Amino acid sequence: MKQFWKSMLKSPSGVIGLVILLVAVSVAAFGPMLFPNSPWRMVQRPFLPPFTLSTVPLGTDALGRDIFAGMIFGARVSLLVGLVSTLVALIVGVPIGAMAGYFGGKVDDALMRFTEFFQTIPSFALAIVLVAILQPSIYSIVASIAVVSWPPVARLVRGEVLSLRTREYVQAAVVTGQSNSWIILREILPNALSPVIVLASLMVATAILLESSLSFLGLGDPNLISWGYMVGAGRTVIRQAWWITVFPGIAILISVLGLNLIGEGLNDALNPRLSREGR
Amino acid sequence: MLSFVAQRVLKGVIVLLAIVVLNFFLIRLAPGDPAIVMAGEAGASDQVFVKQLREKFGLDKPLPEQLFIYVKGVVTLDLGFSFRQQAPVAKLIGERLPATLLLTLTAFAISLTLGILFGTFAARFAGTFLDTAITVFALIFYAMPIFWVALMGILLFSVTMDWLPSFGYETVGANLTGLAHSVDVAKHLIMPAMTLGLFFMATYTRMTRASMLEVKRLDFVKTARAKGLSDAVIQRRHVLRNALLPVVTLAGVHSGTLIGGAVITETVFAWPGIGRLMYDALLQRDYNLLLGVFVICSAMVLTFNLITDLVYRLVDPRIEYAA
Repeated sequence: MKQFWKSMLKSPSGVIGLVILLVAVSVAAFGPMLFPNSPWRMVQRPFLPPFTLSTVPLGTDALGRDIFAGMIFGARVSLLVGLVSTLVALIVGVPIGAMAGYFGGKVDDALMRFTEFFQTIPSFALAIVLVAILQPSIYSIVASIAVVSWPPVARLVRGEVLSLRTREYVQAAVVTGQSNSWIILREILPNALSPVIVLASLMVATAILLESSLSFLGLGDPNLISWGYMVGAGRTVIRQAWWITVFPGIAILISVLGLNLIGEGLNDALNPRLSREGR
Repeated sequence: MLSFVAQRVLKGVIVLLAIVVLNFFLIRLAPGDPAIVMAGEAGASDQVFVKQLREKFGLDKPLPEQLFIYVKGVVTLDLGFSFRQQAPVAKLIGERLPATLLLTLTAFAISLTLGILFGTFAARFAGTFLDTAITVFALIFYAMPIFWVALMGILLFSVTMDWLPSFGYETVGANLTGLAHSVDVAKHLIMPAMTLGLFFMATYTRMTRASMLEVKRLDFVKTARAKGLSDAVIQRRHVLRNALLPVVTLAGVHSGTLIGGAVITETVFAWPGIGRLMYDALLQRDYNLLLGVFVICSAMVLTFNLITDLVYRLVDPRIEYAA
């Protein structure tokens, strides 16, 4: 563990990513307490330009709502949706991949056909259809992002398990008569963890992008403010008020960038053999 | 080769059928009785009309039979009727498909060309300032949501500089013909295509760079160098050709994302393609149209995957396809 932090802190992208994530998480956790302006309430005249009033630093939108407050409250939705949908995708993908890799043969064939099928369906289009049919809510958004993002997990885990399965320590466990589930859970999966962690950090980033795109199209949870929704709402008035679309977009960009950097840092720290040279 | 193509096409058709079946169940997940929903969409919801609709679409029959009717309809390119637009779904999609193909293929060409170019540069000058600059830009473009890039493009090139039109496929009412019309469409195409292409360009840049650095270390490159081949020849013929394999794979995997991006790009730029159609269907909760577009998108992705598989074989003759 110590070794891990040491190498993680050695890679510049990992450090920058960690700092960004730390800031984003603290904004999401404590921001609403320090800055309790409701993002839905009218606080000033509409279309107030940014940097004119210190109480409303980033200006107001077409309805006089505080952009800065929206960004703070939006951080919660973005991070939460990113994290939870990734967790759900892992819960679906890891067992499927593990079973396919461990049992092989017909089980592998069937599970991988199933996975490939989901991978072929255009993911964003499926997410749109699912949210539209299930009605937009935070649950339907999380569910549909998870549905479109588990296949890569299953494929990755299957590959890892496939190679670990023939290792001697696994063979030894088989010989001593351990049950299949014990071998998968205790012997194989812990050793297949590092690439999954790297993938998961990148998946959170993708999930944030997906959520913002859904909200942008008007498929966000109508009771929660989110960055994508704010950009979508400012879209029609972009000629009069650039700040409504610019600032929430920067928030998305920075969070996704941070998570991608963490992914790279994790990759360098956890898979030193795979890390690329020339960096 | 031929049997390989036949096999792949067959597999694609099976997957497409499975998607159509999935679609059938999705449409039944939609809230409300489909007949009442349809009657509502048609603007008349008296009992007689609802009953007529039920009979017409076979909604009074058992589920397996309904499924059969639906699949039969899709196979004969009958994707249902959009009451909101008062037209068959297949016709609506058919009208919009060329614009989407123009947009996605242009974006794809831009992203692949520039991505490979930048990636090659970055790998060639690995560790230098140029490499760092390309890598940082790729990272940033990779993290930008497409809809935001689109809006920033409009803000910069339409609102501030007034260089490019911010929406549409052609100048409305200009009635241009011939070359002037093509130039007009091209002007409208630049921003949407660049927007859609940027994200993928960033991906291909990163992939090409990583892959080239990896191939560079391999023994056959050392051999080529020992033979006294010039650096340019080694880079092009030995390194790049081998490094492109994962990039081609990625391009195939990305076709679905490309279509998803098109939905957003077309929405922002009012580009009259199937993505915009999907957005309109979404706003009006026109489920027949929404799911029709979804099936066609899936068919496009399957076709694209098939093409990538064939290209893969051309790029890498080592791969043998067992029939």
